[in-house]
Amino acid sequence: MSQSNLRNITFSVNGKGYNVQVEPRMLLSDVLRDELRLTGTHVGCEHGICGACTVIMDGRPIRSCLAFGVQADKAEIKTVEGLAENSCDFHPLQQAFWEKHGLQCGFCTSGMLMTAYDFLEKNHNPTREQIREGISGNLCRCTGYQNIVEAVELAAEIINKKKESLEGPADKRMVFPSAEVEV
Amino acid sequence: MTIGKSVKRIEDPRLLIGKGQYVGDILLPDQCEAVIVRSPHAHAKILRIDTEKAKQLPDVQLILTGDDLPKDLEAIPMRLAPNEALTMALQYPLAKEKVLYAGEPVALIVASNRYMAEDAAELIDVYYEPLDPIIDVHQALHPDTEILHPKIGSNDLFLLHSKKGDIDELLKNSPYQLEEDLYVQRHSGIPLETRGLLAFVDENKRLTVYGPTKVVHFNHQILSRLLKKDKKEIRFIETDVGGGFGPRGEFYPEDYLIPYAALKIGKPVKWIEDRLEHMKATNHSREQKHHVVVGFDETGRIHAFKDEIYVDTGAYIRTHGITVPVLTQGLLAGPYDIQGLDFKVHVVATNKTPTGTYRGPGRFEGTFVRERVIDLVAKKLNLDPTVVRERNLIQPNQMPYTNGISALGQLVEYDSGDYPQILAIAKEEMDWENFHKRKAQAEQNGKFIGLGFAMFVEKSGLGPWEFCEVEFAGNGELICKTGLADVGQGVETALAQICSEQLGIPYSKVKVIHGDTDVVEKGNGSFATRGTVVGGSAAYYASAELKKKILQVAADQYHLPSEDLDIKEEVITQVTTGLKLCSISSILKVAKAQGIELREKYTFSIDHMSYPYGIHAAEVAVDLETGKVKIEKYYIAYDVGKAINPMLVKGQLVGGMAQGLGGAMYEELRYDDNGQLITGSFMDYLLPSSMEVPEIDINILEISPSPLNPLGAKGAGEGGTVAVAPAIANAISHALEKYPLHLTSLPIRPEQIREAIKKGPSIRG
Repeated sequence: MSQSNLRNITFSVNGKGYNVQVEPRMLLSDVLRDELRLTGTHVGCEHGICGACTVIMDGRPIRSCLAFGVQADKAEIKTVEGLAENSCDFHPLQQAFWEKHGLQCGFCTSGMLMTAYDFLEKNHNPTREQIREGISGNLCRCTGYQNIVEAVELAAEIINKKKESLEGPADKRMVFPSAEVEV
Repeated sequence: MTIGKSVKRIEDPRLLIGKGQYVGDILLPDQCEAVIVRSPHAHAKILRIDTEKAKQLPDVQLILTGDDLPKDLEAIPMRLAPNEALTMALQYPLAKEKVLYAGEPVALIVASNRYMAEDAAELIDVYYEPLDPIIDVHQALHPDTEILHPKIGSNDLFLLHSKKGDIDELLKNSPYQLEEDLYVQRHSGIPLETRGLLAFVDENKRLTVYGPTKVVHFNHQILSRLLKKDKKEIRFIETDVGGGFGPRGEFYPEDYLIPYAALKIGKPVKWIEDRLEHMKATNHSREQKHHVVVGFDETGRIHAFKDEIYVDTGAYIRTHGITVPVLTQGLLAGPYDIQGLDFKVHVVATNKTPTGTYRGPGRFEGTFVRERVIDLVAKKLNLDPTVVRERNLIQPNQMPYTNGISALGQLVEYDSGDYPQILAIAKEEMDWENFHKRKAQAEQNGKFIGLGFAMFVEKSGLGPWEFCEVEFAGNGELICKTGLADVGQGVETALAQICSEQLGIPYSKVKVIHGDTDVVEKGNGSFATRGTVVGGSAAYYASAELKKKILQVAADQYHLPSEDLDIKEEVITQVTTGLKLCSISSILKVAKAQGIELREKYTFSIDHMSYPYGIHAAEVAVDLETGKVKIEKYYIAYDVGKAINPMLVKGQLVGGMAQGLGGAMYEELRYDDNGQLITGSFMDYLLPSSMEVPEIDINILEISPSPLNPLGAKGAGEGGTVAVAPAIANAISHALEKYPLHLTSLPIRPEQIREAIKKGPSIRG
């Protein structure tokens, strides 16, 4: 492929700015994995079904195997590597997946975590049935999902408790637009 | 105490933060990528391969066709259940004159990256002369059908025949007979990570391969043999693996081709299978046709069980040899004491992807057949199916019990168990006694519910041996080197728990190393539910030996008898007084000063398998409008002998059930009449999602610890999978007992249910 065919993309991943030159046909999943070496994002089917490659782009969960890298120009992306606030900590979801044995081989886990992250941003007190629906676009071949559901349930609890300790009981709290509440 | 505790896994933290290292995650300087050109035809002659155009691409590093491989290259040998007669049906890494399935490797291309390699693959022209594809076992056995492996002389590659008692006499004397054809569809493990390999050659011409798993040391030996390269010249390194389930980790054509390509070009070569490729190239499993005749009396007692089985083994014999056929007949009689058995298993070649094992190989198939037949017998006699089961079960006082059938070179001998008890437990849990009342009530409200049971006997702990080496590192960490592999099942945690229990140290201080042939001396690997049973026992004894050694050092130091010493919470303690003497780390220093090496190796050998057993029970509701089946309650009781980590055992059972559910209702590797796989993507091959898999109640029992190993463990990897299909089929049949529904084939399809409902009730209630 000749150099002239390369496209310049500038984007932010996990709060860090990147500028890379890629072929227009290069998948976002490959850009993240091969160019940025963020290999936590996994590729399980490359046709948008398994969800292992799920990342958050501009606030929405997307299948990075169904997007081209060039589509991420000027975007803000969050991957599993950026899930925890700082690298020595676990995000409540990671903590809960560990507690509840929500993973076995770990291959679907990154995508599952990103989907669950987005789900909990929008659903603060989900029921098990809602969680099942929320993660139904991500396939797991090992766990049978039961412990993943339990982990998401526990993560919601942890997040709510953290919020409560920061902001007081939920029923007496001022209502913030969700974007302003840093959990 | 660590054994028996549901501790968190030591594998998880790095996997949770995206720091796992799967083979695709490794990037080496100058790394190239390979793509395999595969046959689009199910059966064809290769006339010519034109690689000229592809060679012109500047990025292409290497193109290999069958003619480019060494002339004296051996076929890929059988690993398990090898059979001399079948060596003529083995697969070579690249096809030469003929292709026998759609997906068979025909050429290999290496380019600077996968995008380029795929560009080049499109420029390779392979000229074929298509031949008639054989897509069904009966078609394969027809006298006019072409023989796929002429040196064997028949598409009926192999016949296994096992029997006990005079079957004809017993059938003749049985007042009732039932004859059924049953079918289990082709499906497979389909791990979420596809296969992959990365091979490179260092400056000393030493070859390193990342990506092998499951049976790392065995495959290491095979590659050395095929490449004619000394084992010392090759290093295998296991990486993290995205699910095993049987298919992953066997020696496939690519396991030769990728290292061979790396040797050829002297640069690292990576190959990551794509999903469609995985569906066509990686072992399929399960496809069997059964023709069953059973003879029984009016009490439901079965006297004769005859089954003629046709296993669609696909185009070649792969590494599993006749493992699946052997295990099918070996455990077909399950937990029942039947006087006459007669099992004939035909291993039949067709133009489909070759097959191997998948979680519960032979038992998923056999359990479906047997447990459906039990319910059909009960239906014919108008008896309670649980009563028919009770009347046929092997009793605890008959243990150890053998039905005279052999599997994997050993007589099947159930070591221990209380089968009637586990049935009673499940009946009570599901409230079977009152179920008919609930069912009648529900029916009045227009709801059709049913309850189905399925019992099974599993096998586990296949020998012949496993290896473990334990050693204290300077920092007080215990290094445990095992011959097992980690395919996601949590082997590191389980072994850490066993070592921790023995040595009185926290399990988090045990570092388990596996799958590196330079570091771990030998090993048999992780398959056949052998990890905890055989590898765990090796760790148990190796740690015990190490403990003895440490206590001896302490005994000498304190002039106390070593029998009076123990290690508790990392402290050497006198047993009789409870006196805390010193920490392990101080003894490590003493030993070091005295030049005593605190390292022990142990090879645990075992020549008999263990036989865990259990029961699945499903309560379903069937929607008469749509035919949709909802699983209202699902229950598994499983006697695993001893659960090292109940949380992980439960995880295995729930996850195993999800796979069994896929096999029961959703998954099928289906072929059209041209021998083309028509379910090659996740849009057609339906893996159960969180919406399909129900909440599952697990009852882990430890009624009968295995007498064959020090842990009492019987293993837990496969019992969640094997009995799902008959439990659900029996439940649906029960729900729709008044309708003309005859479930004898998998997967159970909604249209089949809908069809029966449309025909209307055939029996008046």
